[in-house]
Amino acid sequence: MFYRLSGIHHTNYVSDTRLYKIPADRNLALFLLALGLAAPFLVGSLYLNSYMLPWLVWTAAALGLNLVTGWAGQLHLGYAAVMAVGAYSAVHAAKYGLPWEFALLIGGISAAVIGSLFAFAALRVKGLYLALTTLAMQFVMDWVLTHSPAISGGSHASLQAPTFALLGQRITSDTGLYYVAFGWCLLVTIFMLNLRRTGLGRALVAVREKDYAAAILGVNSFYYKIVAFATSSFIAGVSGAILVATFFFLAAPEQFSVAVSIQVLAMVIVGGLGSIIGTYFGVALILLVPGVVNGLVAEGAGALGLQLNVESLAHIPNAVYGALIIIILMIEPLGLGKLYGNIRDYLRVWPFDQFKK
Amino acid sequence: MELVFLAELAANGALTGLLYSLFAIGLVLIYKASSVPNLAQGGLTMVGAYIVLALARDIGLPLWVAIPLAAVVMFGFGMGIERVALRRLAGRPIVMILMMTLGIDIFLRGTTLAIWGGTSRSVELGVGYDPLFIGDVLISRIHLVGAAVALLLFVVFVLFFRSRLGIRLRAIADDYMASWSVGISVERGVGLSWGLASIVAVAAGVIWGEIQGVDQSLSLLLLKGLTVAVLGGLDSIFGAVLAGLILGILENVGSTYLDPFVGGGSRDLIVAAVLILTVMLRPHGLFGRQDIERV
Repeated sequence: MFYRLSGIHHTNYVSDTRLYKIPADRNLALFLLALGLAAPFLVGSLYLNSYMLPWLVWTAAALGLNLVTGWAGQLHLGYAAVMAVGAYSAVHAAKYGLPWEFALLIGGISAAVIGSLFAFAALRVKGLYLALTTLAMQFVMDWVLTHSPAISGGSHASLQAPTFALLGQRITSDTGLYYVAFGWCLLVTIFMLNLRRTGLGRALVAVREKDYAAAILGVNSFYYKIVAFATSSFIAGVSGAILVATFFFLAAPEQFSVAVSIQVLAMVIVGGLGSIIGTYFGVALILLVPGVVNGLVAEGAGALGLQLNVESLAHIPNAVYGALIIIILMIEPLGLGKLYGNIRDYLRVWPFDQFKK
Repeated sequence: MELVFLAELAANGALTGLLYSLFAIGLVLIYKASSVPNLAQGGLTMVGAYIVLALARDIGLPLWVAIPLAAVVMFGFGMGIERVALRRLAGRPIVMILMMTLGIDIFLRGTTLAIWGGTSRSVELGVGYDPLFIGDVLISRIHLVGAAVALLLFVVFVLFFRSRLGIRLRAIADDYMASWSVGISVERGVGLSWGLASIVAVAAGVIWGEIQGVDQSLSLLLLKGLTVAVLGGLDSIFGAVLAGLILGILENVGSTYLDPFVGGGSRDLIVAAVLILTVMLRPHGLFGRQDIERV
């Protein structure tokens, strides 16, 4: 319908390796980019700061997890711990007086170093056992965070982040912080979009499908697993640092607990393994819908004159969050990205279904 | 450090460890039959405990009626979960199955707390709190009861796996295809294992609920239960019992000696270390089956 194509017919290699093979896809991406740029002028600052900004930062983080889980096929249940490493080292560096650009970089690099430790578990085991090991590592990291005042910042176990600044400009306005988050998310998205048409991306996919088979084909699965973990940890670290700098404004161990690890994994899986647009959907669903439903329930109960106690209301978002994971996995285990893909594939050749490849 | 103190630590650790086994047996039952790591076991344990409470407190049934009734309800509930959520994911990558059980866990936790509230309540089994001395060693009565239940369940399951139905389950655990070809309903077998695991969850929920109160901390047993299950070998019930003993003693004795050095809370650290070391050194655990992978 919008695509006005009856299939994809490439006549040369350049068109085959293009980022967007269909003009309508490129136009859609440009439209979304424009929407993102114009968002501060379209929505109120409350929505901008409490919905759009965390959505974008979490999307960047979830894309990093998607790199290691969706592309390289390595289960990772300790992602929040890696984000914590990035966040804490960046905040400490910024407190020490380094400019934020370097602080973010330090956060990313230290997260990449620690995150690569997780890769050594991946070299020994995979699948379920890898998930359990990374889960245990997450617990170890949590323990280290809460038990070392030097890192977590004294008795209250929270660490105030210095005011965010880029190129010497202090950024305090809602719009400015939003653009920081937007810029980082855009960078990560562009990286991930291009990943699938590079040798690295193809090697990661080969390792995902079967690491032994990949090794037989001459893909060094040892090397690529470490690269996958290090890259995703770098993204995690910087995302964690930006999250603290632009949204939480202080770092606390609970922000990076095991529940958060599970939440990021839920975002990735609900969004769809290896799907970029899906990750955006997944993060939106997992991050925003439980709160929205809770608001609706509270209002509905009020309208019907029902009395819901505070405790029930506090736990409804959790129940909704769990239910969302279950329902999406039941409807389409490949996630929202696949659902989107199905609709797109249907519309692409509509009404000429007979041209479907 | 005198010997009696060490013996006391070890004895109580062993009893606590058997309670972890009680939890881990549920995990093992499901993993054995369907290779699904049931991360929702914590949630199931919570639901089991809350159903017992609902029957005993809110309806007012005596406990000896409420607990079997809750077991029946949970049996159906477990089978229902398998039928509705897990069956359609069979053959999918492990990450989706893991996520599904995590989702179920989150959902069960959220729903039970939304219905019954998060205030900690006790089951009031009627086991006394006055200490029991065996020689010079002080032992908690409820832990002793729980350990007895764990051992009892272990014996029951050993016998069960020798019965006709149990052999069928073992055949399913061995090979799906071969079981199908000789006319065993794999689906029903897997469903049954979920039902049995849910009954184990009721037992674990009641005992743990008595010890630490019925609230959401019940689902925090998951890491310990997982560690016990992995250490014993994910498909060995005997392994789960033995690993429970080992972990319990190690945790109790180790944390007592380690706590002064690291400033408390070393229990979780020991558990996590045991899990990591097990997976690194011997992924199939003490008694688990080692799977050989083909390209």
